[in-house]
Amino acid sequence: MRRNIKEFNIREFAINNIVPIIFIVLCIICIPLAGYSGQYLVSQIITRIMRNSFLVLSLLIPIMAGMGLNFGMTLGAMAGQIGIIFITAWNVVGIPGLLLAAIIATPIAVLLGWFCGKMLNMAKGREMITSYMISFFMNGVYQLVVLYGMGPVIPIESDQVILPRGYGVRNTIDLINVRQSIDTFWQISIGGINIPILTIIFIALLCVVIIWFRKTKLGQDMRAVGQDMEVAREAGIKVERTRILAIVISTVFAAYGMIIYLSNMGTLNTYNSHSQIGMFSIAALLVGGASVSKASIKNVFLGIILFHLMFILTPQAGMKLMGQAQIGEYFRVFVSYGVITLALVLYEIRTRREKAESAKQLAGLQKEGAKA
Amino acid sequence: MPLLEMQNVSKEYNGNPVLKDVSFKLKQGEVLGLVGENGAGKSTLMNILFGMDVIHQTGGYGGKVLIDGKEVKFASPLDALKAGIGMVHQEFSLLPGFTAAENILLNREPENKNVLSLVFGPRTNTIDRKELQKKAIDAITKLGVTLDPDMLVSEMPVGHKQFTEISREISKSSIRLLVLDEPTAVLSEKEAEMLLKAIRNLSAQGISVIFITHRLQEILDVCNKVIVMRDGRIINELDAASTSIQEMARLMVGREVSAGRAKEKAEERPLSDKIVLSIKNLWVDMPGETVKDVNLEVHQGEFLGIGGLAGQGKIGIPNGIMGLYPAGGSVKLNGQEIQLNNPRACLDASLAFVSEDRRGVGLLLDESLEWNVAFTAMQTQNRFLKQYLGGLIKWRDQEAIKEITDQYINELQIKCTSSKQRAKELSGGNQQKICLAKAFALQPKLLFVSEPTRGIDIGAKALVLQALKRYNRENGVTIVMISSELEELRQCCDRIAIVTDGAISGILPASTPSEDFGILMVGKTGKEAK
Repeated sequence: MRRNIKEFNIREFAINNIVPIIFIVLCIICIPLAGYSGQYLVSQIITRIMRNSFLVLSLLIPIMAGMGLNFGMTLGAMAGQIGIIFITAWNVVGIPGLLLAAIIATPIAVLLGWFCGKMLNMAKGREMITSYMISFFMNGVYQLVVLYGMGPVIPIESDQVILPRGYGVRNTIDLINVRQSIDTFWQISIGGINIPILTIIFIALLCVVIIWFRKTKLGQDMRAVGQDMEVAREAGIKVERTRILAIVISTVFAAYGMIIYLSNMGTLNTYNSHSQIGMFSIAALLVGGASVSKASIKNVFLGIILFHLMFILTPQAGMKLMGQAQIGEYFRVFVSYGVITLALVLYEIRTRREKAESAKQLAGLQKEGAKA
Repeated sequence: MPLLEMQNVSKEYNGNPVLKDVSFKLKQGEVLGLVGENGAGKSTLMNILFGMDVIHQTGGYGGKVLIDGKEVKFASPLDALKAGIGMVHQEFSLLPGFTAAENILLNREPENKNVLSLVFGPRTNTIDRKELQKKAIDAITKLGVTLDPDMLVSEMPVGHKQFTEISREISKSSIRLLVLDEPTAVLSEKEAEMLLKAIRNLSAQGISVIFITHRLQEILDVCNKVIVMRDGRIINELDAASTSIQEMARLMVGREVSAGRAKEKAEERPLSDKIVLSIKNLWVDMPGETVKDVNLEVHQGEFLGIGGLAGQGKIGIPNGIMGLYPAGGSVKLNGQEIQLNNPRACLDASLAFVSEDRRGVGLLLDESLEWNVAFTAMQTQNRFLKQYLGGLIKWRDQEAIKEITDQYINELQIKCTSSKQRAKELSGGNQQKICLAKAFALQPKLLFVSEPTRGIDIGAKALVLQALKRYNRENGVTIVMISSELEELRQCCDRIAIVTDGAISGILPASTPSEDFGILMVGKTGKEAK
């Protein structure tokens, strides 16, 4: 009965995967232009996967619950950064330091996620723009806390962290204490490329958790809520609570993702890291072929590889072509916004086309009816 | 002892009685047919049975509902479910991206405990797919239909969706009474037959069924007894084996024609030979009001009524022609083809439409009456505008707008403080009159009016109908009025077309006895048509 075997249609395939295809083509063009060695590219990509995949994976659950791209993941990133600021100030080093940062970040992320989820429940159907604006608003609160609160209100005494004036956190913090401590904890080298086993284990674990999560009752409820809130409510599913949980889980994962990201980077850009990371994570996911309503683990990894390969290649390619590396930097920002816009527009077009399709089907039925 | 008994149940909304002294009994395994026109009180009766919020919020109900001889008062539909009463609504309540099995056991999935669920609570239990599959198949088998549990709902034909919905009710272990509200309205003939067989299966297994339908043949096919409702009363309780479609149809619509009503009836007028509007093979994809194949000719100066039961497609006709929903086919106004799916083209062709959705489509609620009356004419016909610099700059002609609005306020007796009042502050009846004024201001050649009296009180109804009738008689404008109330159509129209199952099942002069219209509405099933 089930139409499993669908005819493979190249046109359909191209339309449905337009974003990844554009990126593959761009990368193929840029690779010879940039002229990097294969080994360098592979090791760079591995680093980027290690750095970003946890963050991008955190976006999957709200999509499953039908809440679109969670621009509010920035809130989680802020929570992660606060954790990192504390452990740097307290001088807790290595993996224990990161664990402590996670412990500090969790309650903050839960609280922020709960707040964000509450707000999104009041703005059903407009989750994306609302979460985007919430992230701007919370950015202000974050700056207030970090710039004025830390020092006089929240006791932090550390020359490394606090500005010379006695309060407020420095613009950039060197995370020498925890730099790459997960990556170097257990690392093997294959053909000159370093492979951080422990980081891979963490990421694999999160993938397993997400796959497992889809099979749980809560996961099933989220899928139900994502498809039709009214039907789910009639069946007795607590819609609002389920949606809040989706955002809370996503925010907490984003906080952990940010901690991993920062430890890999080795520096914290106190006032910028979090807002950039939201945009780049969402762009990466979309580049991997995800849409507003559908995303998988496959999209996450494909997206990170393509998106960051682009980032690695463009400065050098720009250098070669125009004699300016700046052009690549410019390209990077321009591309991430462009991709998000394209994906949002495509999603709308696709939804509308499906509607037209159903009207056409009705017309077909009419003709059949007329013959009979 | 009967499974369900209702004793002298009555209900009123704001002083309007909608149910009067309804009593009946239903035995275990019995199939009860419930028929009646729209507004006869069927849904209110079911809402009482299920303890719906709308009943509690409007002051509860009178009389008693007994299950197994004990009185019950359900506080919510969930309580009714616990007592073993399930309902399948007309609109599907299914998740398109879930399989049949997942939908059947939605939020009642069998679960397995795991290590993490000990920490995070029962919502992180994993779902037992095998058990889920098994339970779904059990329910499908119990119903006795063919349905693939792994099929996605979005890929299903409409009949299978219906079966999924019913299977979901049956899979609830305590189910004893199932209410089916118009389950066959959306089904093909073959699917409807399967469903009827399924109902017999359920009855044989001791599950009682209340079957609400407009297709009277089906009542004869599966029911043990029939209750005919009209105007909130049970008119008759019939034995399904010994009644006929004609008898049921007569009981449904046949009301005593009072002397006052007879006077109001439209005078007979000769029809002009000239055809204004000709509709051929029209289809419209309007959810819940699908039009399949309508062929209709409207004569010059005529007042044509379109009647029929809810959901049969009568409302889809004007909405499709005016371009509010996707449509196809051919529509000609005075021999000129009208472009479908383009509201502007219709307005340019001097068609006007008073929508049944007053607040959504018909009115600019936050704007003044003047704006509401003049807006469409201003937008499409450049009227009520002063033009400067050869039309480069257009200013609203406030005086002309006020004048025309005041004129209509007078003519239609619209109750308002001034023509500056905002539309949302008016009562339903007066809002409807504003909608009419807006359409009149367009000076259309042909006017569609959809459900003009829906949700307004009796006094206002009469005024609205009179205004339409006068507009038709005095200005000679052709009017096509769509209404669920047959009596109201018979009061104003020359001819009345009845829509059944997305097509015109017949056109009769308005003076024809209402029984004949009743038979057109219900009697003609797909079976007989062939």
